This record gives sequence, structure tokens and C-alpha cells, in this order.
Amino acid sequence: MSQFAINILFVGASFAIYIGIAIWAKAGSTKDFYVAGGGVHPITNGMAIGADWMSAASFISMAGLIAAGGYANSTFLMGWTGGYVLLALLLAPYLRKFGKFTVPEFIGDRFYSRTARMVAVVCLIVASLTYVIGQMAGAGVAFSRFLEVDATTGLIIAAVVVFFYSVLGGMKGITYTQVAQYIVLIIAYTIPAVFISLELTGNPLPPLGLFSEHSASGEPLLSKLNEVVSALGFDAYTAMVDNKLNMVLFTLSLMIGTAGLPHVIMRFFTVPKVADARWSAGWALVFIGLLYLTAPAVASMARLNLMTTIYPDMAGQVENYDAAAANPIAYENRPEWIRTWEETGLITFDDKNSDGDIQFYNDSTDFSDRGWSGNELTVNNDILVLANPEIANLPSWVIGLIAAGGLAAALSTAAGLLLAISSAISHDLIKGAINPGITERGELRAARISMSIAIVVATYLGANPPGFAAQVVALAFGIAAASLFPVLMMGIFSKRVNNKGAIAGMLSGLTFTLVYIFIYKGWFFIPGTNNLADTPENWVLGISPLSIGAVGAIVNFAVAYLVSKSSEEPPREIQELVESVRYPKGAGGAVSH
Amino acid sequence: MADEKSNAEAYWKANVRLITGCLIVWALVSYGCAILLRPLLSSIPVGGTDLGFWFAQQGSILTFIGLIFFYAWKMNRLDKQYGLEE
Repeated sequence: MSQFAINILFVGASFAIYIGIAIWAKAGSTKDFYVAGGGVHPITNGMAIGADWMSAASFISMAGLIAAGGYANSTFLMGWTGGYVLLALLLAPYLRKFGKFTVPEFIGDRFYSRTARMVAVVCLIVASLTYVIGQMAGAGVAFSRFLEVDATTGLIIAAVVVFFYSVLGGMKGITYTQVAQYIVLIIAYTIPAVFISLELTGNPLPPLGLFSEHSASGEPLLSKLNEVVSALGFDAYTAMVDNKLNMVLFTLSLMIGTAGLPHVIMRFFTVPKVADARWSAGWALVFIGLLYLTAPAVASMARLNLMTTIYPDMAGQVENYDAAAANPIAYENRPEWIRTWEETGLITFDDKNSDGDIQFYNDSTDFSDRGWSGNELTVNNDILVLANPEIANLPSWVIGLIAAGGLAAALSTAAGLLLAISSAISHDLIKGAINPGITERGELRAARISMSIAIVVATYLGANPPGFAAQVVALAFGIAAASLFPVLMMGIFSKRVNNKGAIAGMLSGLTFTLVYIFIYKGWFFIPGTNNLADTPENWVLGISPLSIGAVGAIVNFAVAYLVSKSSEEPPREIQELVESVRYPKGAGGAVSH
Repeated sequence: MADEKSNAEAYWKANVRLITGCLIVWALVSYGCAILLRPLLSSIPVGGTDLGFWFAQQGSILTFIGLIFFYAWKMNRLDKQYGLEE
């Protein structure tokens, strides 16, 4: 069977499962549509949260980022997992106890203000929509590479499948497809990792392999990797980071952002009890941890594999790295996978010194004594996971599995985000503000229509990504961190914060964060409109625009506190509401009223 | 009524204390061991590198998982102890 046929088989079979689940789990009520009926088991929910959370960015991009940045990019590993501790301890059990359908609904009720609810709706839609663009674009790339259709056609196929199970089944359909998608993506991610770990270290468990001996050289894997990359002018893989303040703030932004993302929070509304919300956060992190503990191993091993493919003399024990560096492979003899990826434009080669060999190094270091006149090979970080099975010469069914896994990761997150958007529109905007008297059936229809519109918009934006696509994930996390997380937390842990404080806090945190990002990235991301160049010398106290969400959150907390202090206490019934949220007794199911 | 109220307050205080303790550990492994204190831990070797690197790429994630389960287990006991479980 050809590789193409195998890919079709794997992707087709996984899609057939998702559609089968959609038909089985059709939503009959708004409760089914928004919270899957409220009866999801915590382990099932943990798995669904795993798929909901792990996006194309986690599956496709993260290992590549770590491979390129080494220790410095550990921020993604800690940031995207540490947020679950905040969720489990500070938000999930109480929001579950509150027992409503959406995040803006809590903010509106707790701060007895329709304005607060609408501000939350806007933050939610901007954060989720920017995030979903990346998912759709990621699905398009996976389709075009593995199924040989163009990215737009691939995107439309993906949109139709998502449409089918999310519009039909709402949260109920999404929950059970996410469970299936988690299983597909974790198998797809770990199998190649196990093979590569065995090949490089003899240890079948990648997280242990990372800290084991590299079989070919007899040195610890990470020391070997340090030597190889240093010989080519790159920073050592495990090198310290000088700007610790920025590293701390970036990690904190990712953690707070994770805890404030509405599509993740919503998943905790689907379990029967408060205690289940706590357990499902733990299970979610176990399932997420399986991938996040494998990713750094994949990153270092793939980087070493890539380097020793170009410089075969560096593979074993090396006496003299200069001599090994002088003997790269010739472009003519490049392996098949480099040829395939060249076709996608994600690997490019430019023979700058016209010697026919591939010089792959960090050209901010001067290697003219080696006769090199610049780096000749550009490898996009995103291909690392997708090309991994080919780099390690794994059988072709593993490649089919990777294709199905990448699509599962992108589609499961897209569906969760689309549900967050559509429920904010149908429940908060239509039922909450425009037409409070809407019937149950009318609201369900409104939810399905807004889901359909959200899918069309996301597909359009995925096919025509705005120029700032690369920045949008940072934007989504910045918004969630600076606007939603602080008011949610204060709404539970303080009885004193009132409507004025919450609104002022959200708006000031959001404005502060956006202005700081726009100053360096351009106003509304329009190229050329930035006031300062986006380089570390220009950053205030060395804080990158990507790390500013944490500072925005602090601004939000401070403003909300000061404004509340200088205005009246919240009314008695609101203080009682805060009390009732704090104690598990008498939770009942999620209800609408 | 007064008893019920002070019982609930004691429960909430115990919960906040537990959260504070867990968050100290949370910050200590990630911001502490993995980032700020890494130079101090650099003399402790782990598989070709140092302990701080291990915390950054594995240790903190494992600790986070442990923390959430510990908190869920402790809170279940508190819920029962104060008669506030569902």
C-alpha cells in the first residue's frame, strides 16, 4: 500500500469514529448542548480536557520550540501544565458549584452587572477566535502534507467534520469525540517517541531516555547534544537563561492564561459534583502530562538526529568536532524526508559557498575559517514532530498515525473553542441580553446557528490567516490572563470586590496588556505601526510583550481592589452567593435560570 | 445558625490554608527550582545536566500532578470533617 493510501486509511477511520459518536450523542436539550447533561465521569472528563487543551500548538509545534530553544523554552512545558494547579485550587470547584452554563454568566451574576457580563463575552470571543484560527490553519497544513489536497480543501473537509459533531451534539458530542481524539493523539505522539528513544538510548520510556546514555557515543544524551550544537555555534541546549525576570513572567502568563481560558473552564461544568471537578483536574493533568513528559524527550532526540543526519561524523564518539563539522553530507545525497519537506517550503536549502555540501549552523558565529559563508539549511520548527517518523526511518503506518493524531489535536481544540464562542453568543448575548424570554427550543436553535456561523468564520480566517497569525496565541493567553482569570478568582475569594471594581479591573488589565503588545508588535498587528522595535533592549525591564499578560493580571487585581475599596460593598445577596459557591453542599446539577 | 456559620468559616479557613501551602510548593518547583534557584542547584548532576533543568522539563510537571491529587484528596476529607460534602 502506498503511503498516501495508508494516510487516507488512518485519517478516514478516525473521522468515521468521530461521526459515529456524533450520531450516538445527539443533544436533546440546552443542558446537553452546553454541559453534556452534567453527568460526565471525572476520568472521562479529564481525558476530554486533555484533548480540548492539547491543540495543534502542543502536538505539532511545542517539541519543535523546545528543540530550538532547549532549556529556555521549558517555559511552555511548565506554563501549559502549571495552569491546571490554579484551575483545580482556585476556580474549577467553585465555578462548578455555581452551576451555570458559561463563564460570562458567572461574572454577570457575581458582579450583578450586565456590563461586566458583556465585557467578559467580548474577552471570551476575542481570545477564543484568535486561538481557533491557529487550529484551523494547523489542520489545513496536516491535510496538505499528508493527504495531498490543497490547504483550503483540507480545511473545508475539517470544518465539515467539526460541524457535524459539534452542531449536532454540542458539548455532549464534543465530550465523547474528544475522548476518542485524545486516544488517537496520545498513541500517535508516543509511538514514534518510544522507537526513537530505543534507537538513541536503548530505553523504551522517552522521559527516562532523555536523561540516559546516548548509545552511539556512550555519553549522557544531553551532554552529547550540548557538544554537537556548541560545535556548530548554537547555544548549549541546557544553557542557563540570563533574563530570569522575563522567563518567570512568561511562564506565569502562560499559567494564568491557561487557567482563564473559557473553553477549558467550561469542561468542568460537565461533571456531577464539586469533588468531581477537583478529581477531573488531576486526571486532566495526568493525560496532558503523558504528552508533556514525552515532548522534551522528542525535542532533544529529534534535534540530535537532525544534526547527525547532516553531520554523520558527529553521530558516535567524536575526538575532534572541527573535523567532524568539516564533513557534512552533500546536498545530492540528502535523505528522502528532506526532499518531501522541501516541496512544502518548510525546509529550504541555499548553497551559499557553492561546495555542494549542506552547512547547517548558527551563522551569528563566524565560521569563515571552515570555509562557510552562511547557514544553508532552514528548517521550520513545526515539521519536527510531523517528520520525526521519517527522520527515524519508522514504518509507514506510523506516519499515517501521526497524520490522524495531528488532525485529532487540531479538531478537538477547535470544537471546544467553537462551543465556548457559540454558547457565549446564544446564552449570554441572546438569552442574557437581547431576548431573555427565549424558549428552551429557541435557545438550542440559536446555539446551533451561532455554532455554524462560528465555524464558517473560523474556516474563512483559517484559510486566509491574518498577517499576525503567529502572534495570536500570545494574544489569546494575554487576554485570558489579564482580563478573565483575575475577576473569576476575586469573585470567589473576595466578598468585597464589587461591580465597579470588576469592570474597572478587567478593562484596565486588558487595555494595559493590549497597549504593551501593540507598542512592540504594531497597532492591531498592522505591520509598521509599532512605536518601538520588538527587541530585548527596548523592552521595559526586559519584559517581552509575550510575557506582559502576567503584569496585566496584577494591574487588574490592583485596580479592582482599589476601586472596590473606595466604593460601596456588594449587596447582601451577592455576599451570600459568594458564600454558597465556597461550600460544596447543595450543588445540584448545572441549571439555567 | 451561629454554629453552622462558624463551622463554615472554619472550613473556608482550612481550605485557604491548604491552597496557600499547595501554591507555595507550586511556585517553589517551577519559579524556584527550575528558574531562579537553578544556579544554586547546578552542582547536583542529573543525567548529563543539572537538577534545575530536570525540574524545568519534568520535575515541575510531576509535582503539579501530585499537588492536584493531594489537594482533591485533602479537600474530600475536609468536606466530610465539616459535614459539607454533597
